[in-house]
Amino acid sequence: MRVMAQLAMVMNLDKCIGCHTCSVTCKQAWTNRAGVEYVWFNNVETRPGQGYPRDYEDQERWRGGWVLGRRGRLKLRGGGRLRKLLTIFANPKLPGIDEYYEPWTYDYDTLTNSPLQRHPPVARPRSLISGENTKITWSANWDDDLGGAPDHGHLDPVLKGIEDKVRFEFEQTFMFYLPRICEHCLNPSCAASCPSGAIYKRSEDGIVLVDQDRCRGWRMCVSGCPYKKVYFNHRTGKAEKCTFCFPRVEVGIPTVCAETCVGRLRYIGLVLYDADRVSAAASTPDEKDLYEAQRRVFLDPEDPVVVREAERAGIPHDWVDAARRSPVHALISKYRLALPLHPEYRTMPMVWYIPPLSPVVDVVRDTGHDAEDRDNLFAAIDALRIPVEYLAGLFTAGDVRPVDAVLRKLAAMRSYMRDINLGRAPREAIAASVGMTGDQVRDMFRLLALAKYEERYVIPPAHAELAHGLEELATECSLDYEGGPGMGGWGPFGENSGGAPPIAVENFRMLRNRQTADTVAGPVDKENRVNLLNWDGKGHPEGLFPPRPAERPGGGDPAGEVEPRP
Amino acid sequence: MNAWDVLLWVAVPYASIAVFIVGHVWRYRYDKFGWTTRSSQLYESRLLRLGSPLFHFGILLVALGHVGGLLVPKSWTEAVGVSDTAYHVVAVGLGALAGLCTLVGAAILVYRRRTVGPVFSATTRNDKVMYVLLLGTILLGLGTTVLGNLTDQPHDYRETVSPWFRSIFYFQPDPDLMAAAPLGFRLHALAAWALFAFWPFSRLVHVFSLPLGYLTRPYIVYRSRDQHLGNRAPRRGWERVR
Ligand code: HEM
Ligand code: SF4
Ligand code: SF4
Repeated sequence: MRVMAQLAMVMNLDKCIGCHTCSVTCKQAWTNRAGVEYVWFNNVETRPGQGYPRDYEDQERWRGGWVLGRRGRLKLRGGGRLRKLLTIFANPKLPGIDEYYEPWTYDYDTLTNSPLQRHPPVARPRSLISGENTKITWSANWDDDLGGAPDHGHLDPVLKGIEDKVRFEFEQTFMFYLPRICEHCLNPSCAASCPSGAIYKRSEDGIVLVDQDRCRGWRMCVSGCPYKKVYFNHRTGKAEKCTFCFPRVEVGIPTVCAETCVGRLRYIGLVLYDADRVSAAASTPDEKDLYEAQRRVFLDPEDPVVVREAERAGIPHDWVDAARRSPVHALISKYRLALPLHPEYRTMPMVWYIPPLSPVVDVVRDTGHDAEDRDNLFAAIDALRIPVEYLAGLFTAGDVRPVDAVLRKLAAMRSYMRDINLGRAPREAIAASVGMTGDQVRDMFRLLALAKYEERYVIPPAHAELAHGLEELATECSLDYEGGPGMGGWGPFGENSGGAPPIAVENFRMLRNRQTADTVAGPVDKENRVNLLNWDGKGHPEGLFPPRPAERPGGGDPAGEVEPRP
Repeated sequence: MNAWDVLLWVAVPYASIAVFIVGHVWRYRYDKFGWTTRSSQLYESRLLRLGSPLFHFGILLVALGHVGGLLVPKSWTEAVGVSDTAYHVVAVGLGALAGLCTLVGAAILVYRRRTVGPVFSATTRNDKVMYVLLLGTILLGLGTTVLGNLTDQPHDYRETVSPWFRSIFYFQPDPDLMAAAPLGFRLHALAAWALFAFWPFSRLVHVFSLPLGYLTRPYIVYRSRDQHLGNRAPRRGWERVR
């Protein structure tokens, strides 16, 4: 047994309202720079839907993740090492910018600078890739809330096999949101695909990171990740990916996406796992057994043998303690509510999901029945095969039994708690029908519905004696750095050369550049692009606002204002 | 031997080699972050998938040919019984094929750089200089070979250029050999020295990152946070206590 600790996340999909707050705050924190305009470390997809980038789940096409070879051994679906090296000059499976979308801004300048004319001027969209005028034809959430689903809803790869049964007419469809970040896999195929070995898994907490100094831009990781959660920065020529907000979790605070989640549906905590069992579990022959296999890799932090082995492996005592209180451990192993996303990719993802009961509840309620009654809900779970099969396609490689079991537990919790809320005697039979006790159901309810901050996030800080060196908690001045404030510009070998600046400095420099920019888009001033998403309300990018009256020629005389002619 | 010969065939090579070596060391230490292929495949794939492999396989073969032609003395090949004509046929045949691949590939790449909007606007001044030097060298080399072979008596560079090249590396440079070579060879060599001097400062540094280690390393890399906290090295006196 080789015990390792992993920071993992669980998301409770029933509570996601699809507000995209998580995506926007993540973007503000990490990818509001030029070169990563199209990059969403966190994105929220409407399902059924094509996801982001478009169609990423079709591994026949993109060849990400692992498959079992003839002798039952894991191999990269995209081909082995030699094949990777031979195709390194032009990667055959790299999604182009069209599969994501061409990021754009608007030419706000014309709004204020155009001469007096018959029709009010419009701010035309301008591509942030080429700087030219562009037509907006697609974006990260073009099919949000099933928009356009009658036309392209059937393109969702998870619908394969059940597409003829799914209706996209408004009244007959179902829908839920799927927020996604990098899975920080136990068996990351991005790392395995990287020729330079620049992607590594941190042995302390399992966070998967790209070493910006060692990445050489071979862009094989983008193809290797089946979730398409490594992105290529087209300005720096380096791969970038979700960092699990390591500067934050190192000091014990949750990731930005979790902290700002409006639905309070994200849970972060440690799981302990046996590193010796990972590859055996990932090579489980039958795809449908992968969920079970992956769950069995986790270790029980209450088990004294595990605790002893963890200590031997150098895991600090407070980490083991945190693993014991971990909400992730509870949701995955104790209540068995959370399921992995696409276990059939065999990367052993570490962001798990509680499948939504809402597609079922909605139908029951819409047909005029009591949607909090156990029997109605159980019957509906049995009858409504489409949403259940779809969820199974996402979370259990198509095996409906685990999904059924989770939905039943959620349904049972609903009706059990309804009795309590209405002041009636709770019926233990409801809890027993899903193999639980009333106390367990109440605990589960507390974790899922009340979801207190300190129960949702149990993140042991990296050790205090290390803290002075951590990124954002510097006891040294974090801005006193080459290229920091007061120093300027990029290195001599083109944009973004020179050492990678600490994140705080990079953001500072970017903000300053942006605020002193005088063009909206266009390749002349690439660092200075402004768009509303990354404009923080501070500073005055020229042309974004009309000049103040005092600055206007004519000195603010209202009579001097020109009315647009009819 | 006049001053010009010494300057062109002794001073320039040494200067170029020095800049090449020191430049790479310096760049690697100063600019690991800028050390990348700066792939443009995100913008455009179709032309790249044609041009890039053609160019790269071509130029790697050309490089191999140069190693063979410049570093292996004529006496060695004769010793193992390869006749002059046999050598010539193989060299010209393979060389022409590799050269053609390189040229066509490079043409596609340059056409792509110029015509595909996003790729064009991502092209830096540095890239343009690099392409001028690279294409200049390739064209001069290919031109010299082709024109030389159209005449009856192709120049035997293994009597002039190659010994001169080797003489540089054992520090007894012999500029007279090169002064006797035809103009095409001399221009090709000069262009190459210019290219090598510019190399460490261009995107061509990616050549030295050929990731052969991938063939043998374990798939998943684990690294400890301890080695490196945050993203800069600890200050003196702040290192981690073990
Ligand atoms: C050692 C093996 C080499 C490898 C693995 C390699 C790999 C690559 C890769 C991955 C790209 C990026 C292509 C893209 O996606 O845009 C690239 C571009 C390029 N390489 Fe290489 N390369 C090698 C050797 C060379 C050599 C020997 C030269 C020339 C002396 C060269 C010249 C170039 C040029 C000019 C480009 C830019 C192409 C363009 O986008 O216009 N490479 N190389
Ligand atoms: S989900 Fe994250 S860790 Fe897993 S393969 Fe993709 S990028 Fe790597
Ligand atoms: S912030 Fe929370 S509720 Fe809103 S989209 Fe993101 S995960 Fe869903």
